[in-house]
Amino acid sequence: MADMPAPASTRARMSRFNRAWQSDFAYKFRRSPVAVVSFIVMAVLVLGAVFAPVVAPHNPFDPGSLNLMNGFTAPGTPNAFTGESFWLGTDDQGRDVFSTILYGMRISLFVGFAAVMFAMVLGVTLGLLAGYLGGWTETIIMRAADVQLTFPAILVAMLIFGIAKGITPVEYRDQMAIWVLILAIGLSDWVQFARVVRGATLVEKNKEYVQAARLIGRTKAAIMLRHILPNVLSPVLVIATISLALAIIAEATLSFLGVGAPPTQPSLGTLIRIGQGFLFSGEWWILFFPAVTLLALALSVNMLGDWLRDALNPRLK
Amino acid sequence: MIAYILRRVFQSALVLLIVGLVAFSMFRFVGDPVENMLGQERTQEDVDRLRDQLGLNDPFPVQYWTFLSRAAQGEFGISYRQGRDVADIIAERLPATLELAAVSGMLALVFGIGLGVFTAIRKDGWVSSTIMSVSLIGVSLPTFLIGILLIWIFSVELDMLPSFGRGDTVDLGGWTTGFLTESGLKALILPAITLGLYQMTLIMRLVRAEMLEVLRQDYIRFARARGLREKSVNFRHALKNTLVPVITVTGLQLGSIIAFAIITETVFQWPGVGLLFINAIQFVDIPVMAAYLMLISVMFVGINLIVDLLYFAIDPRLRVDGGAGGH
Repeated sequence: MADMPAPASTRARMSRFNRAWQSDFAYKFRRSPVAVVSFIVMAVLVLGAVFAPVVAPHNPFDPGSLNLMNGFTAPGTPNAFTGESFWLGTDDQGRDVFSTILYGMRISLFVGFAAVMFAMVLGVTLGLLAGYLGGWTETIIMRAADVQLTFPAILVAMLIFGIAKGITPVEYRDQMAIWVLILAIGLSDWVQFARVVRGATLVEKNKEYVQAARLIGRTKAAIMLRHILPNVLSPVLVIATISLALAIIAEATLSFLGVGAPPTQPSLGTLIRIGQGFLFSGEWWILFFPAVTLLALALSVNMLGDWLRDALNPRLK
Repeated sequence: MIAYILRRVFQSALVLLIVGLVAFSMFRFVGDPVENMLGQERTQEDVDRLRDQLGLNDPFPVQYWTFLSRAAQGEFGISYRQGRDVADIIAERLPATLELAAVSGMLALVFGIGLGVFTAIRKDGWVSSTIMSVSLIGVSLPTFLIGILLIWIFSVELDMLPSFGRGDTVDLGGWTTGFLTESGLKALILPAITLGLYQMTLIMRLVRAEMLEVLRQDYIRFARARGLREKSVNFRHALKNTLVPVITVTGLQLGSIIAFAIITETVFQWPGVGLLFINAIQFVDIPVMAAYLMLISVMFVGINLIVDLLYFAIDPRLRVDGGAGGH
């Protein structure tokens, strides 16, 4: 009952927030426990990562604050030598696991977001060009997409990472690793966007509003960007969310394999790689907590993406 | 139909040419081979002579052609890191990867089809719904975490299975196999499950969906009305008709099994070509990277082509109208 539309007189005075809250989209969101829970989990993780310098009890990258005596402290129990206690324990160098996870998540999320943005801009641009211009532009772009689709994205990303690493001078490799990673994951993922946008553009470009725009003499670029683009964006949003989950997992996989974020800037994948080394000696927490965080992050984004797909466009299901 | 097959073969050749170009460009633009081969004390004369000897002054198409014809004969040069012939290194590592991929593929196929049929026939039972929910988690877990989880349970906690390596192997004239020793078989279990799990869930969900679709058809109801036994209806009538998409997906998944073997091999330190590739990336060992790329593309393109041609063999409807569109 509380969700009934308000009378017109009060409606005019309603704040922006209220209008958003009462929209169809928000209603669907509130009715889906999966979406709400996923959103809360994701929000907590993202906020934790963004405000890591404030939230984290220690700065794991400040050598001055580290005490080697604190190494291998089990979660929740005070250290035998220093008496200090760490919520999720410490690693071999005495770094607080909770803090490294928060900082690691920053890298994971940054790489994930940036890679998806890159893939999105590239894919949407190429998709628009292919769909609107047609001809040999379309042939070249879509053939390239087909060739790339023959190979799994993770393999393409590894290869691009390897080549880019080879081109960068040795002394810059660690500094550049994050950017190379973004480039590699982004380039391995543009095809999805290009295919969907091209398909939607083919439908839109014969509609009357596009003909009208052409008649009044708007340039091709303006028609593509100002007229067609806004009308093909909603599937792009859905793909972007699902791609984000995939990009986070891809980043973690590459870093875990040792071809991603360097130990000086560890992401969740790098932390899991480091933690795997202590599995046999019984320090399970160094591996366990980063792994669970990665899982929670990937699952919540993934489920939110699935829900978004159904909510925005029931036909896509 | 002939035209379709010819077009597919032509497309496959084109893909391989493009991949070859990428591999060749890696040699050309990533690092300077002359730099790699000559020491500190070199004169411009040495450099020029070597450039000429290596054919680096030839025009681009000539060099590309030389590269392709050598690659076709399996010559990829010397590994920068190991100082050995790349073809030898790969030949040495390939059996490990192929054995792992074959066992994982079999696991995925047998359990995927079995569980898929089961969950479709008993679609309302609690066992089926449990399997379905577990499979959802299986799809979302990254491969390397599954591997670590298995190591944790079976190697660390239970101490039943080895966590790395291939165990003892037997050399059968150039092909080393782990199938013939107990430690080799034991070492195979965890990596094979890790690699096959994702493909298994995929096949299972596909078989289930297709089975549910087919079981609704009239001819199944008719078969039941004729009083055929349940087993005969489910397997001889229903399952047979679900196999076309299953074969397609399985075939295409075979390629990704080989690619995802990179991850599994790294987790378990399995001495195959995937681990070789990862190490090559870490050390920017271009010849090994290029050779792996060419090898895996030939496999992928070959598999895709075979799957496409299999359509004609399996589904007679496609043969009638020349493959222009079977549906």
